[in-house]
Amino acid sequence: MNRYPLWKYALIVVVLLVGVVYALPNLYGEDPAVQVSSSRQPVDAALRERVLGTLRAQGVPFRSAELADGRLLVRMADTEAQLKAVDVLREALGPDYTVALNLAPATPAWLRAINARPMYLGLDLRGGVHFLMEVDLEAALAQAEERYVDDIRGLLREAKIRYLGIRRGADGIEIAFRDAAERAHAAERIRGTLQGLELAERDAGGVFLVARLSERERREVMRLAVQQNITTLRNRVNELGVAEPVIQQQGEGRIVVELPGVQDTARAKEIIGATATLEYRLVDTEHSVEEALAGKVPPGSRLYRTRDGRPILLKRRVIVTGDQIINAASGFDQQTGSPAVFVTLDGAGARRMLAVTRENVGKPMAVVFIENKVETRVVDGRKVRTTRRVEEVINVATIREPFGKRFQTTGLDSPEEARNLALLLRAGALAAPVQIVEERTVGPSLGADNIEQGFRAVVIGFVLVLAFMAVYYKVFGLVADLALFVNLVMVVALLSMLQATLTMPGIAGIVLTVGMAVDANVLIFERIREELRNGNTPQASIHAGYEKAFSTIADANITTLIAAAVLFTFGTGPIKGFAVTLSLGIVTSMFTAIMGTRAVINLVYGGRRLKALPI
Amino acid sequence: MQILGRTTRIDFLGRRRIAAVVSGLLMLVSLVSLLAQGLVLGLDFTGGTLIEVAYPRPVELSEVRQRLAGGGLGDVVVQHFGTARDVLIRVAPREGLASADVSTRVLELLQEEGGGPAMRRVEFVGPQVGEELAEKGGLAMLYALIGILLYVAFRFEYRFALGAVAALVHDVLITLGFFSVFRIEVDLTVLAAVLAVIGYSLNDTIVVFDRIRENFRKMRRGSALEVMNASINQTISRTLMTSLTTLLVLVALFAFGGEIIHGFALALIVGIVVGTYSSIFIASPAALALGVSRSDLVAPKREEAADDRP
Repeated sequence: MNRYPLWKYALIVVVLLVGVVYALPNLYGEDPAVQVSSSRQPVDAALRERVLGTLRAQGVPFRSAELADGRLLVRMADTEAQLKAVDVLREALGPDYTVALNLAPATPAWLRAINARPMYLGLDLRGGVHFLMEVDLEAALAQAEERYVDDIRGLLREAKIRYLGIRRGADGIEIAFRDAAERAHAAERIRGTLQGLELAERDAGGVFLVARLSERERREVMRLAVQQNITTLRNRVNELGVAEPVIQQQGEGRIVVELPGVQDTARAKEIIGATATLEYRLVDTEHSVEEALAGKVPPGSRLYRTRDGRPILLKRRVIVTGDQIINAASGFDQQTGSPAVFVTLDGAGARRMLAVTRENVGKPMAVVFIENKVETRVVDGRKVRTTRRVEEVINVATIREPFGKRFQTTGLDSPEEARNLALLLRAGALAAPVQIVEERTVGPSLGADNIEQGFRAVVIGFVLVLAFMAVYYKVFGLVADLALFVNLVMVVALLSMLQATLTMPGIAGIVLTVGMAVDANVLIFERIREELRNGNTPQASIHAGYEKAFSTIADANITTLIAAAVLFTFGTGPIKGFAVTLSLGIVTSMFTAIMGTRAVINLVYGGRRLKALPI
Repeated sequence: MQILGRTTRIDFLGRRRIAAVVSGLLMLVSLVSLLAQGLVLGLDFTGGTLIEVAYPRPVELSEVRQRLAGGGLGDVVVQHFGTARDVLIRVAPREGLASADVSTRVLELLQEEGGGPAMRRVEFVGPQVGEELAEKGGLAMLYALIGILLYVAFRFEYRFALGAVAALVHDVLITLGFFSVFRIEVDLTVLAAVLAVIGYSLNDTIVVFDRIRENFRKMRRGSALEVMNASINQTISRTLMTSLTTLLVLVALFAFGGEIIHGFALALIVGIVVGTYSSIFIASPAALALGVSRSDLVAPKREEAADDRP
């Protein structure tokens, strides 16, 4: 009695081996490393040679270099060499490459070959910044409507269809016509060209055509707005030189940004959180600024101020907006050698720019930088968010010749200014304003403390339970202790395999599973004791103990899993971590506490004549 | 070694009226406190900014307050966190202040001159996000209860399910009441702990119910009350043992896990003590009061159905 078939032992040994192997990477430390990546240049073997050549030439010692996921990771001997290497490489590679400090897991090659990696530590354990940003989708939709207004205007003009007026109303774009025949004509044209619009007729107070974004178009606009923000954020984060940043969409209009190891949150926020857009406008040279200041602003113009506070009069009509800018880079003018900013526009922007500049050679053009500052106010006990626009002219330049897709802005005082302008132009290329709605920053010292304290709590709790079980259930207790240890190894192995993020609440989840994992064994052992008390033989008691406790254990664990699943579904970051470790712990404990202990006990006591059990 | 050497014969259910009075009182106190003064909701739910800084030397709170006074931050709470060198600063959400900039401003003010503190952690939650979290948390609790109710009803019987849920509501109410009465802050981790308590307390209850079902089948004689009493007695050493080991771990977590995890550990400690008590004194008596009998759990034999024929 109480013998396990060989295959069960084999299964347990295999699971155990896999668990140990995949938990193993966590025992090795991390190497200081330097990471080189680029969004513009290829990261390949040639770059590798160049980087290593530079390091050799400068006498910076390194261990090895590997190319993976489009980045080059150079492992350094120590942190001193790491810091030196960053300086040397930034100097040598120039602004096209991002050189960042990183920590590379020191996992041996044979483990890396089977994809065994250490657990991924959350920001609360390794330190860093977590931002949750919200994209203002309403603004994105408004912008899209604005673009359609321009398109419709152009379309009708081109088709020589007369209309009385066009404006954005409460329920869409309203176009007024003189009679129904013109309206029908226009509707036909708009339907044929602008598929993203849904048209409706309205006859109250005039002959109107109301164009609204179709549901599909709305979704597309929102999707693109989030997507473009993610792309822009990624570029900005690259400028910060962060290794392994996480930028992900969350829900419909939110973006998570995680920057491990970043300390200077003020700078990170400045670069990431600047919710800005841009507009290129012509300068109104026909009217005087003085008169405008006195209150007589000409109808087609608006009064702006430059960064240093000087007033300037600009035309109301926008030539190009920030979302039409594909790229902006600083550099030097090839002919004069003076600092310059090179701008690239998308197709639609290029056409508009060409049309406008062709007619306005010799006239000045201005770049308006618009920052959206979002504030939350309490009005009548309810929280209301308002966006305040701060607009300023960051650059005025004369149009020398007509240009379209690519152009350069010169006349900047210094390379520094050129860099700043390029950064601002890129920063302004966001489709819709974003706002930080959540921030969690953990300093590196706290991260280290959290690991240490969490680890200590796990160890102390673990040892207490081990001791208690051994004293209380003797040999059986020791077997349960062994199972508990294996359980811990398996939870770590699973977390490493899944590359789930380990957070402080996650550690709490592990600690809790340690406490609860023994529950299955307690149930079984108490049952065995009971059977013995009822006068059954030791072998029969072991058998009955495992048999009868099983359904209870299953019921109890399934209900806990239900709670964990609910936590996972409704929780955010840290709570999810807790739910994940708790669920993993429950599943593995079912295996170790039932099958694992049974195997050991069968091996020790199975098939023998026993008078008493050490329980 | 054994805590209880033999199977005990304690008349648990005979004391159910005393237990009902004790639980009723605790629940009443909790409810009154929750209604009257509510919970001290943490930043996760209210929104606002929290900054933890570490000074190189012990620092007076008045000194920190003085530095922050001129910053136009409005409602600022400054307190020590763990040691005299660690300071926690909370800034309430306020109109006219771009909220994401608050932490930057605070750190600037504190670090103006040399000898300033190092940033340990910053948490900023927008009011919108906070409201969503509070709503989601409440929903999570509700869904967990419904899911469990369904599972227990499916595995046992609806009266047992109601008994189990009565025990859970009891546990959640008293645990939250504890946090309300003692004015301890409730953050996201405490909410997670309360949900874990639901799972845990249920664990205990299910074990007892399982035994009751088994005994109804085994013990041909004996009233429902006697069967329940015997079942609780048979499982009591397991119930105590499991609670004890879990408490051991939680006490370790409370003592050594650091300040951040305090609320979480405390909620679980309270919840597990209450949950253990409720699985003995609330769940089964509630099922009994609803009129559970042998026939509800033991499937009727085939022959009985056949007897109906003329």
